[in-house]
Amino acid sequence: MTRVFISRDMASVALGADAVARAFADAGCEVVRTGSRGLFNVEPLVEVESAEGRIGYGPVTAGDVTAILGGSHPNRIGDVGALPFFAAQQRFTFARCGIVDPLSLADYAAHGGWTGLDIARLAEPQAVVDTVKASGLRGRGGAGFPTGIKWQTVLDAPGGPKYIVCNADEGDSGTFADRMLMEGDPFCLIEGMAIAAHAVRAGHGYIYIRSEYAFAVETMRKAIELSAARIAPFTLEVRVGAGAYVCGEETALLDSIEGKRGQVRAKPPLPALSGLFGRPTVINNVLSLAAVPFILSAGAEAYADVGFGRSRGTMPVQLAGNVKNGGLFEVGFGITLGELVNDVGGGTASGRPVRAVQVGGPLGAYFPPSMFDLPFDYEAFTQAGGLIGHAGITVFDDSVDMAHMARFAMEFCAAESCGKCTPCRIGSTRGVEIMDRIIAARIPEPAPPTARTGTLEKALYSRSPDRIEVSPGAQTALLRDLCDTMKYGSLCALGGFTPYPVLSALDHFPEDFGAPAPIAQAAE
Amino acid sequence: MDLAAAELVIADWIDAQGDERDQLLPLLHHLQREIGYIDDAAIPFIAAAFNLSRADVHGVLTFYHDFRRKPAGRHIVKLCRAESCQARGGAAIEAAASRRLGVAMGETRRDGQISLEPVYCLGLCAIGPNALVDGRPVARIDAAMLDTIAAEVAV
Repeated sequence: MTRVFISRDMASVALGADAVARAFADAGCEVVRTGSRGLFNVEPLVEVESAEGRIGYGPVTAGDVTAILGGSHPNRIGDVGALPFFAAQQRFTFARCGIVDPLSLADYAAHGGWTGLDIARLAEPQAVVDTVKASGLRGRGGAGFPTGIKWQTVLDAPGGPKYIVCNADEGDSGTFADRMLMEGDPFCLIEGMAIAAHAVRAGHGYIYIRSEYAFAVETMRKAIELSAARIAPFTLEVRVGAGAYVCGEETALLDSIEGKRGQVRAKPPLPALSGLFGRPTVINNVLSLAAVPFILSAGAEAYADVGFGRSRGTMPVQLAGNVKNGGLFEVGFGITLGELVNDVGGGTASGRPVRAVQVGGPLGAYFPPSMFDLPFDYEAFTQAGGLIGHAGITVFDDSVDMAHMARFAMEFCAAESCGKCTPCRIGSTRGVEIMDRIIAARIPEPAPPTARTGTLEKALYSRSPDRIEVSPGAQTALLRDLCDTMKYGSLCALGGFTPYPVLSALDHFPEDFGAPAPIAQAAE
Repeated sequence: MDLAAAELVIADWIDAQGDERDQLLPLLHHLQREIGYIDDAAIPFIAAAFNLSRADVHGVLTFYHDFRRKPAGRHIVKLCRAESCQARGGAAIEAAASRRLGVAMGETRRDGQISLEPVYCLGLCAIGPNALVDGRPVARIDAAMLDTIAAEVAV
């Protein structure tokens, strides 16, 4: 019987993989449902097992079965791993994703699974923490805090029980690496959490997954059940979010697990000392925890050898939005933004010129192509007025209106603010109003026949709408002032980072805000 | 809402999972799955089951976008409004979906057939615009696919 491999990843299913899988099963093939390889313009992808290895075809439809099994289908790719998109990657964390059956313990073990956990359990907790420190691994959720130091704090914290919490509330638009890993290689995350548990002497762990990821919830629950004996005495459970973006912030996430409103806590105390239920807690992103099995099995040096500056190891970069070769590209830090967008991504899907890319989700900055020489590195991005975040890159073509995107950033913050601090709760709503005025003022209106303002001068803000000075210049000044308040006055990154997309749009694309275009760009 | 049924669901859940506060969100998810939405009239029962104040339960219930306090339509279309879908023409598709399905974003059609709801990212960001149609993911939505979706939710 011919064995074929078809992804069960949510993205592949959205593109019709289920119908393709049924058609192959009806044709008498043994269908293995894998995770996604991570290149979406060849999905639905089918790989047929043969003497020369797996032969890929994609994209395909349910009607293509005969042509594929006969080997005559025009979309024959051959060895999928040899495609330039995959050959250029360094897959440490996603090595198995798209290749193995996500829920087969035998597959996992055959592809190097559990070796990291076995090595860790033979060592003292301190030695495991030292290995993670030596690897240079930093928090992949966005903040970039050294993972080993976080673990050390929890290991040294008095009292117990201690908890391992995995932040799988991947709410940033343009990111899907957590989802792909949980759907495509769930045991990898489980192994990483079990290693963390050994390293800090924790007994129980939680994986907090957003409710939008129904496929990941189901796969993780099954995987936890299947691997329960392998990770014992450590135990794990999945908790499902409820549509609140702010629960991706670690302290809001902890409150949400505790059954409360997902509101941000003031720090200190750090979650490492007083986290879930007031106990010492390791809270890490999916990608941080999933990087750990490789670090333990291949050694800290193998991981730290790759990278750039203080950013060590690899980053699963996600190419999204209006991009030709969208997908997941795991690569060492240091690759430039331009290489990612143009060489790997192939430019826009629409074929129009790239105008802007947003890096790091709704709280990340917009960059123009003139900044494409930026190396992918935590420090370089901070210096350039942005952030890597969860390494999602959303590409926009020249039809984008950056003032609308700035307005959306404020609107999103207003919808998702937890309400605890004023700069975020109120500031975001004021920000939407300012953006509305700027957008309205871009189209010059004929002056009203009679000036009715009386003796009062126009002001930047007033309860009487007709007293407000609505010129773009004045409103832009007010916007900058508001962003300053939000950036430095908010309790967490939601209010604190919303100014990044707003101000970067304003700085790099002033012409969309009713101001003249910058000379440097006009000269290009 | 059938309050007696809701009470039974709540009591069964507490029996099986205990009455620690961290079971509140799992219970709310479960109740919504079983009954379809969470009526304000159920709040006192939930509060009593967890020994919480009604205000506390109300606070949690209203904080999270997922929980419905009114019945939804027979079919639910959740359309992504986030940046990556916008980069692929999401705003135009949103307007077209609203017209094609005869319901404004965030509303339930008057005949109770369809709810059109916003969602901020489904993690299918390279193949947008995306939606969940009664939980089934669909990608690369265009005018033709809107027709297919409209036909699917008409029955």
